[in-house]
Amino acid sequence: MNISLLGIVGYLVGIAALVGLNAVILVWLERKVAGHMQFRLGPMEVGPHGILQTLADGIKLVSKQLVIPDEADKPLFLLAPIVSLVPIFAAMVPLPFSETVQAWELNIGLLLIIALGLLNTLGILLAGWGSNNKYALLGGARAVAQILAYKIPLLICVMTIIMMTGSFSLRDIAIAQKDTWNVLYQPILFIVYIITVTLETNRSPFDFSEAESELVAGFHTEYSGMGFSLFFLAEYSYMFIAAGLATVLFLGGWHGPWLPGVAWTLIKIYSIIFLMMWFRWTFPRVRIDQMLSFGWKILLPLSLINFIITAGVLAL
Amino acid sequence: MTRPISKTVNVPVADGDGERYTLKMGPQHPATHGVLRVDLELDGETIIKCSPQVGYLHRGFDKIAENRTYAQSLILTDRLDYIAAMANNVGYCVAVEKLLGISVPLRAKYIRTIVCEMSRIASHLLWLATHALDIGAMTVFLYCFREREVMLDLFEELCGARLTFSYPRIGGVRQDVTRSFIDVLQQFVAEFPVHIGEYETLIDTNRIWLKRTVGIGVLSAAEALELGLTGACLRGSGVDYDIRKHRPYDAYDLVDFEVPLSNDGDIYARYRCRMEELHQSARIIQQCIDQLPPGPIISEDAPDLVMPLQGQRKVEAGSSTYGTGLIRLLEEHGQYPVGDIYVSTEVPKGELGFYFISDGSGRPYRMHVRSPSFIHIGALPALAEGSMIADLIANIGTLDVVLGECDR
Repeated sequence: MNISLLGIVGYLVGIAALVGLNAVILVWLERKVAGHMQFRLGPMEVGPHGILQTLADGIKLVSKQLVIPDEADKPLFLLAPIVSLVPIFAAMVPLPFSETVQAWELNIGLLLIIALGLLNTLGILLAGWGSNNKYALLGGARAVAQILAYKIPLLICVMTIIMMTGSFSLRDIAIAQKDTWNVLYQPILFIVYIITVTLETNRSPFDFSEAESELVAGFHTEYSGMGFSLFFLAEYSYMFIAAGLATVLFLGGWHGPWLPGVAWTLIKIYSIIFLMMWFRWTFPRVRIDQMLSFGWKILLPLSLINFIITAGVLAL
Repeated sequence: MTRPISKTVNVPVADGDGERYTLKMGPQHPATHGVLRVDLELDGETIIKCSPQVGYLHRGFDKIAENRTYAQSLILTDRLDYIAAMANNVGYCVAVEKLLGISVPLRAKYIRTIVCEMSRIASHLLWLATHALDIGAMTVFLYCFREREVMLDLFEELCGARLTFSYPRIGGVRQDVTRSFIDVLQQFVAEFPVHIGEYETLIDTNRIWLKRTVGIGVLSAAEALELGLTGACLRGSGVDYDIRKHRPYDAYDLVDFEVPLSNDGDIYARYRCRMEELHQSARIIQQCIDQLPPGPIISEDAPDLVMPLQGQRKVEAGSSTYGTGLIRLLEEHGQYPVGDIYVSTEVPKGELGFYFISDGSGRPYRMHVRSPSFIHIGALPALAEGSMIADLIANIGTLDVVLGECDR
């Protein structure tokens, strides 16, 4: 496979546009969803139905001063948001939007995304450590504590799908679901996956590392302006990737009647994102130790049993 | 007396080899309900030691009151528990009336009971909103504020203020209720149980909510009594104590209501108690509206602050010395009894008591406010020590403290 310089530049521009546009839409959508769930209208002033509100906020955030606390570990403090965001660009590479629309078909695409997802936690830990703030440190520590509790069930989920398809390639996995979506074979696994990615993206009810009523703002307590918005961008992009992965792994990728593949992919992705927003605005927050025991005592055995049963069925 | 030890030790207490550190939570913190600071000694996320620091909002009301007449001190009570200022006003007025031996007209008693219960609804709604927000359920917050807004609008219609009312007067109330006020209130009371159901659909049987509240912050009846808790915090532990029932004031002995109790003594029990109290408040308001008698709204003996009693005592230019009850009472020293008195009322947070020492001068020689929030904050170490940071937040919420009242 040839990699031309032009191709890379084109890809980067495309991904940057996608990440930016996605964040703009999601922030607006989150506010609207929250608003309508709470008998409010959400943003209404900037643009029709407030569609440009996020842009206005973005301009505000960019123009704000970047405040670095005196006692902070400066290099780590500045590096953390970047470490959080940059893996996004790589993680979007193997994500197929339709049979033909895909940045680069990788035969280990799934593994790449899962591995890069871990870097988000590193960013949070760096921010928590570098801020020299006890709330931030607690947020960072929580992120690290929870990572094992959700990553293992998540990996077992993914392994089950790989076992069913026999390929690490996201494209192959999607093609394999041409007739029947995996969610029909693996409904329990789908639920486990949704729970674990909610954990991975630090979304409520598992938003321990920012938990504003407990830790003020957790790992990003000391961040303002662009640093804060990079974390935000990263969070929404991870949501997009997690939902994209769910689409490919469980919901048959681009397969669907009438509409073109890309449209189906986006519909599915945003439906899952809507589900995650729904969680956020209706569920209380779990306590961190309850989540850990839930991860180790319920999610892990459940996904493991599911894995073994699937293996048994496939062997027959 | 040994301090009661909380039974919430459901996480392993530090074995001693972990590195401890302190965290000064607050006074700027989203979940400490104002300016409470809690000094925490932590091992990881487990709280080893918790000591609440109060006083950031201290204004010295007890002392200020010594330099004011009884009628003038009324406005101070607005600033105690600013979430339920109306209940404080009424509590203060009831206390001063008892001191001065003023009897209140029946209509005023009913109106006060109505506004007290409206205030309880407004306060409990804010409590539920913030308590749920602390535990992470954000939507409950706006559900509650929707109804709280109706209450505040009604208060505004009644007296022009939404926060600091100073509506009740010693000896009655300032203005009569209007027809439209009654109509809107009637409609609200009829619909309110449906809205309570809406809040409950969000959290009542939510597994996460149950995980966070059931068995957390447990206090037995004996512990709760020893800590001096009152209000829903005490009733959640199964102690049947409600001043509205046991030492009735205003029209509480003329209406029928129940005192919700729970024996579990945990956060969920206190949550259930307060939710039931919302139902009972609506019931009390409904009965008061039905029974509201005609008649005067303020006693003739009332020491009025500014406004003379319209139509009853005229103020004439030049001869206004005896124009208002305030001045009349000030001048005639003999009208003030000498002695001390403690009168308490049931405000949304618990038992609000006023203790006066009167030397017959028209100003209290000493006023002491027994504020439930101050005493409830004292229960925080017993609830929180041994639990986790997230539980501390839930425990602060369940005690339902307002720092304005605590610091005074």
